[in-house]
Amino acid sequence: MAKKNKVSYLEILKDGIITKNPTFIQLLGMCPTLAVTTTVANGIGMGLSATFVLICSNFFISVLRKFIPNKIRIASYIVIIAGFVSTVEMIINAWLPELSKSLGLFIPLIVVNCIILARAEAFASKNSPLPSAVDGLASGIGFTLALTIISAIRELLGNGTILGANIMGENFSPALIIILPAGGFLVLGFLIALVQYIMSKLEGRSK
Amino acid sequence: MLNLLVVSINAILIENFVLVKFYGCCPFLGVSKKSETALGMGMAVVFTMTLASALTWLFNRFILVPFELEYLQTIAFIAIIATLVQIIEMFLQKSIPSLYSALGIYLPLITTNCAVLGVTLLNINNEYDFITSVVYGFSAGVGFLVAILLLSAIRERIAYSDIPKPFRGFPIVLIAAALLSISFMGFQGLKLPF
Repeated sequence: MAKKNKVSYLEILKDGIITKNPTFIQLLGMCPTLAVTTTVANGIGMGLSATFVLICSNFFISVLRKFIPNKIRIASYIVIIAGFVSTVEMIINAWLPELSKSLGLFIPLIVVNCIILARAEAFASKNSPLPSAVDGLASGIGFTLALTIISAIRELLGNGTILGANIMGENFSPALIIILPAGGFLVLGFLIALVQYIMSKLEGRSK
Repeated sequence: MLNLLVVSINAILIENFVLVKFYGCCPFLGVSKKSETALGMGMAVVFTMTLASALTWLFNRFILVPFELEYLQTIAFIAIIATLVQIIEMFLQKSIPSLYSALGIYLPLITTNCAVLGVTLLNINNEYDFITSVVYGFSAGVGFLVAILLLSAIRERIAYSDIPKPFRGFPIVLIAAALLSISFMGFQGLKLPF
């Protein structure tokens, strides 16, 4: 039994991070993905905050899943999620004021991030607490990974730096458009096209 | 009066809620396949945003601030929005069935539209007064409506074109949105003196 559990945990992790990556495959949570990925620091900060909320909310929703009446479940989930988001908001405000300033309104807006509600509805409402927490962790890592990749590309092309360190040298003239809002749509569009291309190649090979 | 005009032009064109500030991207990309559905969603958003701006402003001013409970803003606002959406849905179903059949299926989706929560929080952060908040909420909704209508029109054309295989579906929509966003950058030149 124990062994079987272990395997399924691995499966959950793999699903959340790669095969069902919330950003690249399921296309959830687009607002923060596009808005905060102008620098790597912002991307990672956003990803980790969302991961924390995901783990906590998945765990508690799963604990309470038998007490929440079916009819008002979405509202109850949102209130639980909002509680944790407020916690994160206050923590970031107190200890990382710079991150709080650059993420701005998108920290409270984690409440309405579809990834969190989707995991609550699809996983935590049907499974026991521990796997739910693992599922939250997996989706969180997947989300953080996606944000890191997108923000690395945008920061490198748009500013010539990664995490503030100059990579491209003195003579590099940054493509400002990549950091502007339009660049967010553009980079994500090309990345998802790349993912679809790789997927179709892999499918062709397995046939 | 002029002040209100500036706020509303700002929210609709110069800092379009979706294309420049990225609030409400999920429905923007998700429900923009056809112009009809886009129009329905957009109208529902305008309606909810205006009402939500008014309600949350009053709630903040007369309940949260006097009792020094500002840290509960996020929870309180999302609860208000969820309730409001539910009430609007029930009200429309009973008294204006024709409007309900047009907007009905989009209403529940609005609770998790971050543009609505975003606009209510922005009203408080920007320290707008009551009238400005309502106008800002309404104009942000109109901004969303304009953006989603434009994108849906583009998508209806895209449906008939020959797109490279990996770009089919979501990527081409994102790239169309990028081009839209670039064109909206042109409105930066409109910046009105306050």
